[in-house]
Amino acid sequence: MIVFILAIILFSIGLYGILVKRNLIKMIIGLVIMEYAVNLMLALVGFRTGGIAPIITSEIPEAAKFVDPLPQAIVLTAIVIGLGTTALLVSFAVRIHEKYDTFDVRKIRKLRG
Amino acid sequence: MNLLPLFVVVPLGTAFITLIISKLWDRSADWLANIATIFLMGLAIYCLRFTGQTITYFAGGWEPVEGIPFGIAIVVDSLTIVMLLIVNIVGFGVNIYSINYMSHYTDKPKYYTLFLLMMAGLNGVLISGDLFNLFVFLEITAIASYALVAFGIGSEELEASFKYQILGGTASALILLGLALFYFMTGTLNLADASQIINQIGTNPALVFISILFLVGFGLKAALMPFHSWLPDAHPSAPAPISAMLSGVVIKVLGVYTLVRLFINVFGFNNVPFIPTIFIILGVLSMVVSAYLALGQNDYKRLLAYSSISQIGYVMFAFGLGTPLGFLGGIFHLLNHAASKSLLFLNSGAIVYATDNRDMTKMGGLSTKMPVTSYTSLVGSLSISGIPPLGGFWSKLVIIIAAVQAKHYILSGVAILISIVTLVYYLKSQRLAFWGTLNDIYKNIKEGPFGMSFICILLALLSIGMGLLLLPSLRSLLLDPAVDVLKNGIDYGKTVLGG
Repeated sequence: MIVFILAIILFSIGLYGILVKRNLIKMIIGLVIMEYAVNLMLALVGFRTGGIAPIITSEIPEAAKFVDPLPQAIVLTAIVIGLGTTALLVSFAVRIHEKYDTFDVRKIRKLRG
Repeated sequence: MNLLPLFVVVPLGTAFITLIISKLWDRSADWLANIATIFLMGLAIYCLRFTGQTITYFAGGWEPVEGIPFGIAIVVDSLTIVMLLIVNIVGFGVNIYSINYMSHYTDKPKYYTLFLLMMAGLNGVLISGDLFNLFVFLEITAIASYALVAFGIGSEELEASFKYQILGGTASALILLGLALFYFMTGTLNLADASQIINQIGTNPALVFISILFLVGFGLKAALMPFHSWLPDAHPSAPAPISAMLSGVVIKVLGVYTLVRLFINVFGFNNVPFIPTIFIILGVLSMVVSAYLALGQNDYKRLLAYSSISQIGYVMFAFGLGTPLGFLGGIFHLLNHAASKSLLFLNSGAIVYATDNRDMTKMGGLSTKMPVTSYTSLVGSLSISGIPPLGGFWSKLVIIIAAVQAKHYILSGVAILISIVTLVYYLKSQRLAFWGTLNDIYKNIKEGPFGMSFICILLALLSIGMGLLLLPSLRSLLLDPAVDVLKNGIDYGKTVLGG
């Protein structure tokens, strides 16, 4: 149980980063921490104490000992999606720095209303 | 039916083929992308044959074993068909419009690639029958739209898109966290299977926590009022066809459809009894506050963006009522808003195309120079404001009657009042932009090319004719089966799995 709470705390740290930090790069790091916390959470959901890799062989017929493979597949996909979004975000941060010459969100305010 | 995967396969495949072939022949991108969207529209219209039924298709032939599905399920029911029609008809119009409009920008083939990826994601969200696929397609749509919002690569576009990405990324993380807990609780990700399991478990604290995560996550995607701050930046900054797509379709599919599907069909209003109230609160808040914010806007596209939030508020309010008439109003208003809001954004694009200006205070008298844009935008404005013969009037009428029937007398009064406020700000936009005397610098402007005007006229006709859908014969074809899906509530699982 404690590991789930720790994962949620990690998630909250990421959320704090997004809400409080004023630097674009730090906001991106906050988002990445959030993604990692969720991935950790997903991996923990499928974890089973003393479980083995979910490969059926002739020696190990009992399915009950396997860890759940589905969350692991989901985590892999989520990591790839996270890579895509992070790459896009970082490239945008670079372009914003070219235009505004700063990473400070308080100075990047051409839009209003 | 094996045609269903084509909704995703065709745009996804064309997206990449377009990019490759356009290296050899530049104009081929226009043709390929438009053939794909025309095909998708045809497919969506063909699906009208299946209203009233629920079609389940397991990809790769992984049929359920003893009633427990473990393959990738594709589920199409009447609600999905209504949404597929919205997505693919608007997508077709927008893509034809893009042929001329996007010649302003460089690198059109990449635009088409991103646009088709967005279409693939939207169709995927609608047809997927399990939560994780829904999430993946949602991310495909989101990433494509982040890139499309910033397609102009100006400083404002980048700023808007960055904001959109941070909030969209937060929403995705919340949804994925909810998904992890959802899987932990039910042991399945198939929506139909999960709905049966949740029905047995009944209400419990975990379900409440998951509901809140999903509510915030999908609420951010739908831009409901406390979560709306990205929309008024992102939608106006995008190129006009993409604004039309984002406001007309994307927030409805990623936000409203997913919320409605999850909370009505999978969780069930009975198991999470606080959800209808929250829908009503968020809906009314969006409706009222953004209508007043729209009043103060001088940027035409920003006004339209605030109006989108307000109209989505009407839709959520209608779904929150939880009565069959409310569902009818919500679905019908989605259809009307899709037609008229995409029309208005395309009109704003025509103005930008001709004048290179979005500030309404600098326009004036454009109706003499751009009659098609002027009259079609009048139709769109009046339809959204709810003026009698047009589509928007009927859907608002249904929503208000449903509110009165559900004994929300004050809120139905608020809905009528906001409808008047809507009329006020649309008339303001009409007066500033199209009526009055022509500004001297715009003496030589002319109407956009034929392709752009043609789509505007088509969507205007759609906005006018939409009220006909309430006629009994047409209603039993499209709207009634969709309402039945929602009325069916948590029995969705049984219907899909045929148990």
